[in-house]
Amino acid sequence: MLNYSLKRLASAIPTLFLLITFAFFLIRIAPGGPFDGERALPPDIEANLAAKYHLDEPLPMQYLRYLWQIVRLDFGPSFHYLDWTVNDLIAQGAPVSFTLGGLALLLALAIGIPIGAWAALRQNRPGDYAVMSIAMVGISIPNFVVAPLLILLFAISLGWLPAGGWEFSPSRMVLPVITLALPMIAYIARITRGSMIEVLRSSFIRTARAKGLPEKEILFNHALKPALLPVISYLGPAAAGILTGSVVVERIFTIPGIGSYFVQGALNRDYTLVMGVVILYGILIILFNYLVDLIYAWLDPRIRYDDQEAGA
Amino acid sequence: MALLEVRDLSVSFSTPDGVVHAVNGLSFDLEPGETLGLVGESGSGKTQTALALMGLLADNGRASGSVKFRDQELLGMSSRELTRVRGSKISMIFQDPISSLNPYLSIGDQLIEVLTHHRSLKRKAARERAVEMLERVRIGDPLARMRQFPHELSGGMCQRIMIAMGLLCQPDLLIADEPTTALDVTVQSQINALMGELSEKSSTAILLITHDLGVVAGLCDRVMVMYAGQEMEMAPVVTLFAEPAHPYTEGLLNSVPRLDRARSGILNAIPGNPPNLLQVPAGCPFSARCRHAWEACRERPAFAEVGPDHYKRCHLERLPEAPPET
Repeated sequence: MLNYSLKRLASAIPTLFLLITFAFFLIRIAPGGPFDGERALPPDIEANLAAKYHLDEPLPMQYLRYLWQIVRLDFGPSFHYLDWTVNDLIAQGAPVSFTLGGLALLLALAIGIPIGAWAALRQNRPGDYAVMSIAMVGISIPNFVVAPLLILLFAISLGWLPAGGWEFSPSRMVLPVITLALPMIAYIARITRGSMIEVLRSSFIRTARAKGLPEKEILFNHALKPALLPVISYLGPAAAGILTGSVVVERIFTIPGIGSYFVQGALNRDYTLVMGVVILYGILIILFNYLVDLIYAWLDPRIRYDDQEAGA
Repeated sequence: MALLEVRDLSVSFSTPDGVVHAVNGLSFDLEPGETLGLVGESGSGKTQTALALMGLLADNGRASGSVKFRDQELLGMSSRELTRVRGSKISMIFQDPISSLNPYLSIGDQLIEVLTHHRSLKRKAARERAVEMLERVRIGDPLARMRQFPHELSGGMCQRIMIAMGLLCQPDLLIADEPTTALDVTVQSQINALMGELSEKSSTAILLITHDLGVVAGLCDRVMVMYAGQEMEMAPVVTLFAEPAHPYTEGLLNSVPRLDRARSGILNAIPGNPPNLLQVPAGCPFSARCRHAWEACRERPAFAEVGPDHYKRCHLERLPEAPPET
């Protein structure tokens, strides 16, 4: 297992390198620059700015300089938020986004899996249809519709919760977490239902029934593990996505997360900020896919990553 | 008193094409400790009969009639009551042993849970019993096997484990649904020998479903030949092989390749296919393929006694001599 982990870690480095290279040149290809505005700057100032941020150097030079920075884990100064480094921006926003995303993820798992399993046990009966229709609605309604509706109901009409703003307190987290979690609950419920139905049809479940085990034991001891495998593979990329925040949710609830940096950074041609969030997202994707593989191996005894095959 | 009394058992499935009548009014008894062979072509309703006894029919399946096990009606029993019978008093082993075992659980866990559930044993005691049982079915190094997973074992080994699992609670009845069909020929004979040995040593009755007449000859006390979900002939095994009374039985026996007969170069087969079970055949279900069919066969013959403990469903008084070479 250790051997495999080291290999995976080693293979992550070229992946990240490619990601950095692509992102670096792509953002530079985009027209306009970080300091272009409505009004053209005087040439002297422009030259000074360019010199300060090394934009006057040839592109390959800038690229190498950036790589060297990254190696030292320095993402550089933000081009737009003056006096802020990208490290600072991410360090401030990431805990907020991670908290919201993590809670939404847990909520989605805690609700989505039981709902999906419940529907699978009532396949093609009214309960199943009801739950799956609601899930379909949950997937279809975009969060910029859900969020204002939630605010309208719980913040304005009922007055139970604040409509927006941020501090690390449960009341401020409830609505954004629910907004983030809803479509995920729906997805997880649908995936769980589908795979559970398939597993319940397999021969080894028939054997478990023939052994006289009660349905509950069959469900938890025999069917759940295999039924969860597709959910786990969905979770890898989904977790990376939800932890890096959502522009829409952050805007509507005025939350200082990192989700809006993806859009703001790109619009402002804030080269270093864009690179920073892209690299963060890349690392999370790689990390979660690795975790998914580990969980797979833990759940399914037929998967072994070690060189010595667990043979007879 | 018979261990198992099946009376007028019918199994039907509602499908998009209509209702499929897989089993049509089957009746038979099984005595304690007896081994009964259930023989027939694919689609003759053997497996569905077994699944109906266990209450394991697919969701779209319905069983009617009566199945009494130790005077207790199994059909219509609540699933809770059924869990007390299954695996404890009646157990079942299946055709494909590898996929019948849960690939996500160790062999040990799958054996132990039967005992912790039915016999309320502690895990440790259950583990000991399970190891003993693995030894009884001739599995080498049972302690190591307990820790292994099905994919690490061969098909024959998995079937031994299924048999061990079925016998853990010393059931009154073991239903074996083509237990050797998915295995190599040499492994087949080992498993058959094991089953024969176990049925002799224990008081467990066996309902053996197979299309292999050789297995029937070796293992069974009595045989029932099924066709289109009905019983065609039932007899003690020696009688059935010596004096088959039904043309279908004769056809089955003739289609077994023989080494001790002159080779004609052609394998004998029963011409035609089993009937479409979307409709229950009105007359004798086999008449469409029967060489001896005549007018009377448009009416369904009764399942009548033709000799001591020998029954057949056929209008012919006796089979014409000398089956012609095909």
